[in-house]
Formats: sequence, structure tokens, C-alpha cells
Amino acid sequence: MSSRDAVLARIRAALADAPEPDPVVRDYRTAHVPGADVPVGHVPGADVPVGHVPGADVPVGHVPGADASTGHVPAGRHVPAAHVPDEHVAVIDLLAENLADYRAHVHRCTEAALPALLARLLAEHGSRSVAVPPGLPHGWLAETGEVRQHPDEPPLTARELDGIDSVVTTCRLAVAETGTLVLDAGPGQGRRALTLVPDHHICVVRTADQVVASLPQALPRLDPARPLTWISGPSATSDIELDRVEGVHGPRTLDVVLLE
Amino acid sequence: MSGRTYLGMPAFPVEAKASTKDERLRANLRHATHTIRDKRARAVGELDDWALLREAGKRIKDHTLRHLDTYLLQLEDRVTAAGGTVHWAADAAEANRIVASLVHATGETEVVKVKSMATQEIGLNEALAAEGVNAYETDLAELIVQLGDDLPSHILVPAIHRNRGEIRDIFRAQMGRWGRPAPEGLTDRPADLAEAARLHLREKFLRAKVGVSGANFMIAETGTLVVVESEGNGRMCLTLPETLISVVGIEKVLPSWQDLEVFLQLLPRSSTAERMNPYTTMWTGTTAGDGPRDFHLVLLDNGRTATLADEVGRQVLRCIRCSACLNVCPVYERAGGHAYGSPYPGPIGAVLMPQLRGTTSEVDASLPFASSLCGACYDVCPVAIDIPEVLVHLREQVAAQPGHGAERAAMKAAAWLFDHPAALAAAERAASATRAVHPRTLPLRPAKAWTDSRDLPELPAAPFRAWWKQHRTTRQEPAE
Ligand code: SF4
Repeated sequence: MSSRDAVLARIRAALADAPEPDPVVRDYRTAHVPGADVPVGHVPGADVPVGHVPGADVPVGHVPGADASTGHVPAGRHVPAAHVPDEHVAVIDLLAENLADYRAHVHRCTEAALPALLARLLAEHGSRSVAVPPGLPHGWLAETGEVRQHPDEPPLTARELDGIDSVVTTCRLAVAETGTLVLDAGPGQGRRALTLVPDHHICVVRTADQVVASLPQALPRLDPARPLTWISGPSATSDIELDRVEGVHGPRTLDVVLLE
Repeated sequence: MSGRTYLGMPAFPVEAKASTKDERLRANLRHATHTIRDKRARAVGELDDWALLREAGKRIKDHTLRHLDTYLLQLEDRVTAAGGTVHWAADAAEANRIVASLVHATGETEVVKVKSMATQEIGLNEALAAEGVNAYETDLAELIVQLGDDLPSHILVPAIHRNRGEIRDIFRAQMGRWGRPAPEGLTDRPADLAEAARLHLREKFLRAKVGVSGANFMIAETGTLVVVESEGNGRMCLTLPETLISVVGIEKVLPSWQDLEVFLQLLPRSSTAERMNPYTTMWTGTTAGDGPRDFHLVLLDNGRTATLADEVGRQVLRCIRCSACLNVCPVYERAGGHAYGSPYPGPIGAVLMPQLRGTTSEVDASLPFASSLCGACYDVCPVAIDIPEVLVHLREQVAAQPGHGAERAAMKAAAWLFDHPAALAAAERAASATRAVHPRTLPLRPAKAWTDSRDLPELPAAPFRAWWKQHRTTRQEPAE
């Protein structure tokens, strides 16, 4: 008997008399931000069906329905009728607060002011080189002057990346309650190594349609078939006497630009 | 390096006595557990639906375990469809053989590792060393443990028993033997020590061809694996190598992508007491041009199916290894992690190891007695594992075992407890619940080494039996 068959047989024998446990109930909140506890699938600022995001051409990873053979039933999700701008402001403020609480540097600006801000952030970090993911909007790095730009096309080697000071990316979405950025290797984000090896990461978040309140609102919008990196503040460790130290192996400086 | 194992560990009382003599260890442990404990309470307090999340987490796990065969097959199917290869390992030896042969097939003689409880459990580093493969731990605490030729003592902070001065000395003495030496004049500032680790490991990450990891969750419906971490060493190991081998216990599977909305709220707040840990990586098979070209998933049984067969004990398989139960445990705080003789210390270790390994060895037979049954572990457990219930159940099993070895181990553990009044405070109240398995007479000596009990957690005022009853009736019991 193969080990696969042996393990499966042991599982079935172990469960022969096991009762069916209580059904899963998802009566927890879909968000904790006041006013944002709306049914999942609500995308602030955009009336779109559940699991689809404006501008994204991928269906967003949600999830075949109930598994009839096992009775695992996801709770029903409803699409709300309209968006709620005031609450969305609160959600963006909470994102800024939670990012800063975990030692990310948060900046807000308009699209027009973005190139100057990016140039300033690179200069303040003393960066002489910046990695550029495919699909980063043209013009964002138009004012960086002397800073050498390294497009990741063809892909930079890990050693080349190690010699580059900074990287500028977009993100897939941001989660306010946890202060989290999620990258899915889509346009402007690059493959995973790009935001890992350089010591300085600048991530630009479009607040109009990329910020959700909570994890239950984030997951339906993500595609699990894509490699995902969730980032909540810069790399950190508390391994030495529980003293928090920012930056071990990932970028030690995380700048987040909330684009209005 | 990686020379020490848990084999032949002395039984709980012996090792506990040795550790508790070490004042520094006690002070480090105490500081650490109390700090995390308080932070956790704040992080959990932010969510007014914590009890609902906890109940959902418990039920999702119970449902998954009840249909474990179905979900493992679905997982295998999805991982394979996404370009991964799935292997099944009935026990530790088989898992180690599989990993060693996969590494050999790459022609490499070193691997970089993400901190993983499963690979510690099976002794993978030692097995690979015997096959001529160096396994480098890359989590800072695991690096400290490995360079110090030491054993981890906490699930989350494995070097919790070392202070900064010791860590500096270990780095100075050992880093050069395995790669880039510690910088000249290295101080004991945590930031400098972290920088030394960054430099030492960077060259290993950049040249590594094989990464080895565990996983916190595996999603059956999508084939996705999830690793949560803080430092970025996980991202390095999961992203830069050409080959990735993940060794994961079969109980880590979750049915649906949506289930992560529960567990990614429960785990970080319970574990590091953060709203979210700094980095989480999720991958499904392989992706052209991003990350490893080859992905192997080794599904590990190693005693889990035996645990699944025990109707009281199987709830332990819900565990998400958050370590919250360690940080509230009065026995763990005083005995230290090494006393438990396995990579899983504290309350979870006391209920997990005797089930995974059986209770034939003295240390495993003594583990169910290494508790005062105060119930603090149950209160903080994010998946509501009733650890006191399982402990009592395992005590009964040990007591029913033929031969005197088990009985002697149990006696010694119980005697250790009774010799330490602070840890005992709750045990005295608990004694009536477990009289059948307690020795009748114990050398109940006056307090000597354990006078400082001011910071003990609030213990239930009611006797254990009453507390037990009350909790059992206020909780929703699974329908039978
Ligand atoms: S038993 Fe519960 S509290 Fe302890 S490590 Fe496991 S999940 Fe966490």
C-alpha cells in the first residue's frame, strides 16, 4: 500500500464513528470600522458585482460555492445598492493610522503631485538606483533626475536586485483594519522578489478603489491563483528580548503613498 | 550545528528542575511571556466579535477534520493542477527520506529554511545533515538557536531563553564557521544583532537553490499555501530558490479561500499580538517567472491520524501553533520550554506530544501531568481547544497503562508540581477532579524557590470541578 493510501485509510478508520460537528456559522463582523460593516463584496467607490474589481481583467478568486458532499456552506453575500463616501474616508484614515502604527511612513498626494513626491522620497532615502516593475505608470518616475532606473525586463537577477537601493510599485489592494498592503504581481507590482530584496519599498495605493476595510472584504477581491504578498509595515523582529527591531531581511523602510 | 535533538530527553521533572535553577532563563521567560500576554489581550480586545471568530475558527477546523480525507484529496488535486507535486509521508522517517531525495535530485548540498514546527518535529535538519546536506535556519531566533547548538524553547520566540549578551557572544563565536562572520566590534544592541543576521544570511539567500518551509494553512479548494512571518526570511526562502519543498501536517488544510478571513484574524492577534504580521506569502503551485520553478508539498501524518482517532484528543488537531497558551501558563513560565522535551512546549506540547508519539517514553508519559489545570490556556486558545479536558483524558490513559514506568513518570511530574507552590496554586483545587490519577501521598514541601508569585494570572476562585462545570455549560457543545 502506498503511504497515500495508508494515510487516507487511517483517516477514514479514525473517523468511522465520528459525529458530524456543528455547522460553520459566519456571524462575525464583515468589518470593524464604524459604518463599514457592510456585506462583503462592497467595493467602496464602485458599484460592481461581488468578486470583480474595476479595471481588473481577472475574475477575483472567489470561490466555488458550497461543497455539497461535505456540507461546507459559505454564508450568503449580498451586493449593496450604493457606496458610502463618508465611511470610505474613515476607512482611508484608518488605513493611514494603522500603517503608521506599524512604522510605515504614510504620505498623501494627488496624481499630479506624485512624481515630485516619489523623487523626494528616493532622495531622502539617499537612493541612487530604483527597480521598476513592468506596468508602472509612465511618468511616475519622471522627476527622479539622477536616480538610475532598472526596469525588471528582462528580469534582474537576485544579485542585481541586491545592489539596487529602492523599488516603487502599485498594489492590488490595501486593508484598513490591519494596515496591510496586498501585492499580486499584477501590472506595476512586479514579481515577488522585486519588493523583497531592495532595502526601500515605496508602494502607491489608489484610495478611490483599492482600499477595503477588512479581511472579509479583501479576500473575495484577490485571486489565489496569483502569488500574493501581504505587507503590514516594514520587516520586523522581536526575537531578541522582545525588543522590536525594524528590518531584518525585507525592506527596512516602507513608504506608502495614498493617492487621492 | 544541529547536533542536539530531543532524543533521550530526561523526563519533565528532571529537566524542569535544571532549568528553574537558571535565574536568567526564568527572568527572560517571565518578561517575555508577560509582555506578549498583555499585548495579546489588547490586540484581541480591539475586535468585539472575537468570540464569534473563535467559534467560527473552531467549527471550520472541526468540520475540516471530520472530512479530512476529502479535503486532502481536493488539495492534492489543486496543487497538482497548479504545477506542484504532492508527496505523502506516513511518518517522520519517510518525510525526511522524501525531502533528502528531493534535495539530492537538485544536486545541491545546502538548503535555506523558514521556521517550521513540522520540520523540527521530524528532525529534518539532523536527517539532512546525515545525508550531507546543510540546512540553514533563517529565522533570527532559529539562527540563534542553531548557531548556539541549542534547542528552541518557545514556539514563537524560540530563543526566548537567551539574552542579548549571550546572542552577541554566539554570533561572534559561530557566524564565521558557517559563512560571513559577525561584524568587527559587534555590540549587544538588538538592532546591531539583527543587522549582523541580515548580512550573514543575505549571501545564503542569494545563492540558495533549494528552500524548505512548512505552512500555516493550505486551502483545499484552490491549492494555495500560506506562510505568515515577520522578518522577510520566509519571503526569501519561498521566493528566491529554484526549488521549494514544504513539509506540512495534514491537519493544516482548510476548505475554502474564504476561511482565511477567520484565521488571518485569529492567528496574528493570538500569536505576535499584532493586527497583522508584517509579511504573509500565499502561493498556488508554481508561477512562470515568479518564484520557484519546482514546488513539492510533503503531507505529513506522523501520528496525526492516531490523534484523530481519539474522540477527546482529536480537538488538539485544531491547533494553529499561535503559542498564546504558552504565554499564560504558570507551569511553562517556571519550567521553561526545554522541560517539555519536544519542539512543542507548554500546554499545547503537553497535549500534542503524548498523542503524536504515544506515552511509552518517560517524558511523554509525564507531560499530561505537567499542568495545574488552571484553564488559562483554554481561555486564550483562538480555536477553543479544551486543553484541561485533554490533559485529564491523557492522565487517565497513562494511569491505565501497564508497567511502572509511566506511573513513575507521572508521579515525578506531579511531585514537581506539588514541590512548586506557585504553579501548584490551581492544581490543589484541581486535585479532586483527577484524584483517580494522582498519587495518594506526595512530598508536599514548604515553599522555597518559588516565592515570587505576585504576577500569576488570576486563577479561578472556584474549585476546578465547579469551574469546569460552569465552562462546559456556558459553551456550545458540538452536537452529537
Ligand atoms: S493550543 Fe490553542 S493557544 Fe495553544 S498554540 Fe495551539 S492554537 Fe494556540
